[in-house]
Parts: sequence; structure tokens; C-alpha cells
Amino acid sequence: MRRFGAMLIVLFGSTFLVYNLGANMGDPLESLRISQDPAAEQRILALTRELHLDVPSPLRYFIWLKGVLGVFTGNLDLGTTRDGLQVISQLGDAIPTSIRLVFFATILSILLGITIGVVTALRQYSRFDYAVTFYAFLCFSLPVFWFAVLLKQYLAIGFNNFLSDPTLTWPWVVGLSVISGVFWSAVISGSRTRVISVFAGASLSTAGIILLMGATNWFLNPGMTIVLTTLFSLGAAVAVTQLSTGISNRKTLYGALSVAVFGALVYFPVQDWWFEQKHHLLNIAILTLVFVAVAVGAALLFNKVDRGAAIRTSVITAIIVVVILVVEKFMRTWSSYMQTDAVNYRPVPTVGQANDLLEPGNFWHTALDIVMHIALPTIALAIISFAGYVRFSRGSLLEVLNQDYIRTARAKGLTERTVIMRHAFRNTLIPLTTIMVGDIVGIIGGAVITESIFGWIGMGSLFRGALGALDLNMLMGISLVTATMAMVANLIADLLYSALDPRIRAGK
Amino acid sequence: MFKKKQNLSANGVASGENAIANKEIEGLSQGQIVRRRFVRHRAAMIALFSLIGITLFVFSSSGLHLGTEKDPITVPGWWHYGITDLPELTMDGCPDGTVGCPTLDILPPFIDGTGVQIGDHPFGQDDIGRDYFALVMRGAQQSIMVMFIIGLIGGILGTVIGAVSGFFRGWVDAILMRFTDFIITIPFIMVGAVIGFKYGNLGVVVLALMLGLFSWTGLSRLVRGEFLTLRTREFVDAARVAGASNARIVFKHILPNAVGVIIVSVTLLMSGAILTESALSYLGFGVVAPDVSLGLLISQYQDSFTTRPWLFWWPGLLIILIALCVNFIGDGLRDAFDPRQKRRITKKEREQARVAKREAKADA
Repeated sequence: MRRFGAMLIVLFGSTFLVYNLGANMGDPLESLRISQDPAAEQRILALTRELHLDVPSPLRYFIWLKGVLGVFTGNLDLGTTRDGLQVISQLGDAIPTSIRLVFFATILSILLGITIGVVTALRQYSRFDYAVTFYAFLCFSLPVFWFAVLLKQYLAIGFNNFLSDPTLTWPWVVGLSVISGVFWSAVISGSRTRVISVFAGASLSTAGIILLMGATNWFLNPGMTIVLTTLFSLGAAVAVTQLSTGISNRKTLYGALSVAVFGALVYFPVQDWWFEQKHHLLNIAILTLVFVAVAVGAALLFNKVDRGAAIRTSVITAIIVVVILVVEKFMRTWSSYMQTDAVNYRPVPTVGQANDLLEPGNFWHTALDIVMHIALPTIALAIISFAGYVRFSRGSLLEVLNQDYIRTARAKGLTERTVIMRHAFRNTLIPLTTIMVGDIVGIIGGAVITESIFGWIGMGSLFRGALGALDLNMLMGISLVTATMAMVANLIADLLYSALDPRIRAGK
Repeated sequence: MFKKKQNLSANGVASGENAIANKEIEGLSQGQIVRRRFVRHRAAMIALFSLIGITLFVFSSSGLHLGTEKDPITVPGWWHYGITDLPELTMDGCPDGTVGCPTLDILPPFIDGTGVQIGDHPFGQDDIGRDYFALVMRGAQQSIMVMFIIGLIGGILGTVIGAVSGFFRGWVDAILMRFTDFIITIPFIMVGAVIGFKYGNLGVVVLALMLGLFSWTGLSRLVRGEFLTLRTREFVDAARVAGASNARIVFKHILPNAVGVIIVSVTLLMSGAILTESALSYLGFGVVAPDVSLGLLISQYQDSFTTRPWLFWWPGLLIILIALCVNFIGDGLRDAFDPRQKRRITKKEREQARVAKREAKADA
């Protein structure tokens, strides 16, 4: 409760500051004053009355505040924009757009960033570590607006051009294979012979896959079919088991594998029948629930002891299998999506949130359209915040690995997997929660640029417009939302931190 | 023989590897150790020299232009075009009917047939014929100035505010931290945009000064945390018992121990400042025409990317290069100041340690 009060005071202070900054930025009526339009005089009077421009800004703030305080009585009033539109309704449209943009980018960068950060920490001072460090610094130094133009040119337009004639030239095949070889041999690292064999294996298999994809016209008609879907599901089951309990725990492995097998069994009914029913999002949710139930059942069936770990393992597997099934559905939709008039074989758009020309009605087309539109901005945002996660999770894991309890865990003979996944990795995540929450707020600020480059109409572009037109009410609406978000995020971070780290409570 | 044993017992359970690291820093002051570690950080040294080189090159080529339009302070540089000169657009030798292409040629004659040359317009010309090299140099100059000014102001304000609230605690701390809180809740880019919108046309120095006034928040929190832990340490108690004044405790005992944190986060602040300035100029809220900034150049010529890519590449590459250098310097400093940071032990040294150990065993 005390924190809540402090929050309100801070919120009051920051909005007051921004209000006066904004009000002193310039004269909002200037464009009208110099205008020759005979109606301008009247417009000035009307605006002055509506926006209370005759009241000095520190006092005018309280008129605005009165509207905001209406939130407690149920009628929040953020005032109107210069064009007479309600600020609230404008914000109501913009906030979901911005959140959608930020959400995927954040998820992607967290997942990738933590994974790569952990690998670099485990391979500290290896060549891979140096390469990732350099890459991370490069990302820190990358202006997002510059990078976005490159993405548009090479990823979107280049890929679209490629799709009009999807034949891979030899330099591409060789180049991609070598890159994959270098990557995998650097990640796995070890003795010289091992590096060479990993390099050869990875580059040859990449070349094989690329050639196969080219030969089967995969880029125009992608899909995994039941064979690859099953293989990927089984692979996911094995990998998750290996990370959580170790492959030698057969009973857990059987639980996870049976989930993957279940996925293969329902492949055709799910793809051709269930996903085509109405209420698609609900259907996906139900499918997930069914899979989770199957996972819990399978885990309980095979395991008599240590059931918690087994259930966790198969539930994670189940979620991955559902994701694989959804991705497969997207792939199967791809070729018909490409054939629609609105897309016409140029699937990666460079601007906009959605394709207006696309005929509504087909859920999977619309969903794929949204995915394609969000792809470029997400990559641009994610690549930049991803670097932060890599550096932070690397540093955090290295710090944890130096702690005494890790030495104890090793000394009592636990396997390296248990030490890292159970003892070290979990504690690495604690400090990461703070920056995760903070990062979401930071990205909202950064999205101002991303939105304006990719032509999205979110809070960023509203802000830019409001600033250009000296529209104070709009400006205040946006800063109120971001300030509140920042504050709530801070609160959540603190609560999470004390929930996750018992030392904080003990210290109090 | 006796000496060796003492050394071993002093190190307690220290392994052979630690012994090497410890031996290296015997008898050196903290400053010397940090300096040594930094000089040994190869990437940071390369970055430091590149940054010095870039700064000298940029400032000497286009000279210094400060002050307002009415009474400018100008020091001429060695490059023969300024940003206001309008030489004729060169037409010949450009690909696909474009104009004003770069004359820089670094490929030797046996590859492309022409010799290595700089030419009249090494980076090409913009739409109206202005020399792009001069424009880019002027933009880089602005970026470097913004970087140092924001670093200086943000660094000083952040250190002072963090130190005061961490050292005095109590109500001073409460007020200052609440103040910091509400500056933090406003996204920096928004503050920047509002400031840039108002002060952007007054030149980059004013813009940087104003931005600096809002960029100290993160640093002040860090410094406060550092002061809170340091002030409870034994050496501070000892100094207080010995009758040292507050000022002496702060400047002689606490500040030297916190300087690592301060320097490292100031470098991060500086590399962030470059990106902020260019982003603001890109959005149109920073430096405005007729003056030039790297962000402004990119925003003006992003549509020319397919036809005249050089107009787009140069400013972007320069931003990256400067920010990258600063980041690497910051990384080197962090490693140098971190006492827990162990230097990577090379194979050769490990071998030496093993040999030394074996010899010691043979002796005994």
C-alpha cells in the first residue's frame, strides 16, 4: 500500500513535468495564426476554449488531472485531440498494436538470448564466445533505423525476388553450408579432430538439406509432412528429457516420447479437420489442453517416483509438439496464401500492419498475413535487444558458476547437466527477471522509431504525430500510459525478485 | 626454498593458476593494476586508438564550426569543401545513369584497371552537389561532440546525485531517488524528442546539454548502490574513528573505490548517446537542416538506397564504428576494474606453472 502511494506521487510528478515541458514546447496555434484562412480566427477561439489554452500550463495541468482522476469514479477523460477526437479511443486502438509488436520481439529475444548467453558462458573464452561478444557489441552500436532499411532491402525485397525464381545458385549453397559448419563447430568445440568432423558433418548436411529443398520446390510449397513432423516431435522429446532429467532416466523419456507419438497419431485429424473448424484460436487452446492432459497422463503412467520432474518434462514436450503442429499448418497454408491476388508471390511486406486487399474469411490466411507483416519489425527489434540478453545471461551464469554451492554440487558427484540446469541456470534467471520487465518498457520507447519505419500505427507514431502538431492532450495520454506501464513493470519486477530470491526477504 | 613455501601458505588453497595471477600484481597499486589490465585488453586498445584516430581525422578534415549563424566560431580544416559549398554535380563514370557517385577507389590497378585514388568527391555528392565527404565528416563531428557532452554532464550529475543520496541516506536519499524515479518513468526518447523539438535548431551543443540533463538516472542509481555498500565497510569506519571529515571520506575513501562503476557506465551512456542523437535527428526532432547530422543524412537518403547506396552506407557505418569503439573501450575498462576478473591463462603459462610445481615437489 505504501508502494502504491509512492507510485501515485511519482506518477503525479512525472506527468506534471511532461505536461509543462510539452506546453512550453511551442505555440500550438501558431500554424493557425499565420494562416490566411478566414475561418482561422474562429478556429483559434474554439481551440482555446476547448483545450483551455488561456490558462497557464501549471494550472491547466490540474484541469487535465481532474479528467484523469475520473478513473476512480469510472469515467476517465483524457481530453480530446486537436481534431476533436477522444484521446482514449485513439490510444485504445494504438496500444494493442504496440504491444503486439513488442511482445513477439521480446519473447524471441529472451528465448534466443538466454540460450546463446548460456552457451557462451559454458564455452567461455572459446572462439564462439569471442564471436558472439563481438556480435553483441555490434548490435549495441547498430542504429535501428539504419538496420531496418537494410532488412527491408535484403530480407524482404531480396527474398521476394528469390521466390519469383526459387533456384539456388552454387555460391549460395556453398556459402550457407560453410556458415553452418563454422557455427556448429564453434558451438560444440573440443579437440581439433572433433572440430573438423563437426564442421564437415554440419556443412555437408546443410548442403544436402538445401539441395533437397530446392529439388522439391520447398520454398513455394513448404511443409514437413507427417514424417518430418514426427521426427521433430521425437527429437524435441529427447532433447527436453536430456536437458531436464537426463536421457538415462528411461521412464521420463518414455513419457515424453509417448506425447510425441500421440502428436504423430493425431496429425491428420488435427491438420485437416480440427484446425479447419470455426473458432480457430479456441481450437488451438483446446488442442494444447488435450496435449497437456495426455502429457500428464503419460508421465504418471510411466513414473512411480519423482513424478514432478517427469510431468514437467512431458508437458514441455507437449507444448513444443503443439507449436510444431501449428507451424506445419502455416506451412501447408503458405502456397495457397502466396497464390492469393493480394500477395501474388511477394510474401514479405516492408510496411504496414496487415494487407487490406486480402479477402477476409480464411483464418489461416489472415494469421499468416499478420505473421508476415510482423516479421521484419520483430527481427529488427529482437536483434538489438537480443544482444543485451546474451551479455547479461552470460555474465549472470558465470557469476553463479563461481559460487560455493556450485562447487558443493559438483563435489557431491552430481552430473554436469544437473549442476548446470538445476543449480546454476535457475539462479541465473533471477536477476534476468528484472531486466526482462525493464526491457519491455524500454522497447516501447524504442518502438517509436521502428513503428515509423515500418509504417505501423501504434503509440510511437501517435507520439510522433502529436509532437509534430503540438497536441498536448495526446502527448499526455501517451506519457501517462508509458509511465504507468513503467511503474507497474517496476513493481512486478520487485515482487518477482523477492518471490524468486529468498535472500531478499531474509534481509528485510 | 623457505621463501617459496611461505608464498604457498600465504595463498592458502590457491591453485597453480591463481598463483600466476597473484604473483603478477604483487607490489602494484590499484591504479597500476587497472592500467595494466586495460593495456593488455587487445580489443579495447584497438578501439581506443581507432576512436582517437577517427576523432582527429574528423575534426581536422572539416574544421570546427561552433556558435550561432550570426557570429560563428570557425577553424578551417584541410578538406577543400565545406558543407555549404556547392560544386558542380559530376556526371561521368557513374553506374546506371546516377549522378554524384563516389570517386574513392581503394582497389589496386590489377583488379579493376584504375589506380588507387581519392578523387574530388571520395564519398560522392548529394542531390544538389554538396560534397558528401564534408557532410559525413560534419555529421560525425556532431555525433562525437554530443557523445562527450552527454557523457560529461550525465556522468557528473549522476555521480553527484547518486553519491549524495547514497552517502547521506535518510530524507535526502528519499527525495532524490523519487526524483530519479519519475525521470526514469519517461522514456528517454520522448524526453529527447520534446527537447530536440524545442532546442534542435539552436545547434547540437545546446541539444546535447539539454539531453545530458536527463541522462543521469541509471548512473545515479548505480552510484548510490555502490556508496550504500561502501559506506558500511570497515575502512570507512576506521577513517571516521580517526576523525576524517565527510568530504575526506567521500573523496579519499569511497569515490576511488566506486570509480570503476562510474567510468564503465559513463562509456555505456556515451555509446547510447550517439544512437539517441542520430535517432532523434532521424525522426526530425534533433539537428535540423541546414546543419547536418548522421541521423539526418540517413533519413534524407534512405530511399536512395537502391540507386545510390553510398549516400546511405557512409553515415551508418560511421555511427556504428564510433559506437563500437566506445563499447569496446567500456568492455575493456570493465574487465580492468573488476577484481574478480581473471585473465585468461594461456596454455604456455599453464605449462610453466605445472613445471614449477613439479620442480617444487622435487625440491621438497
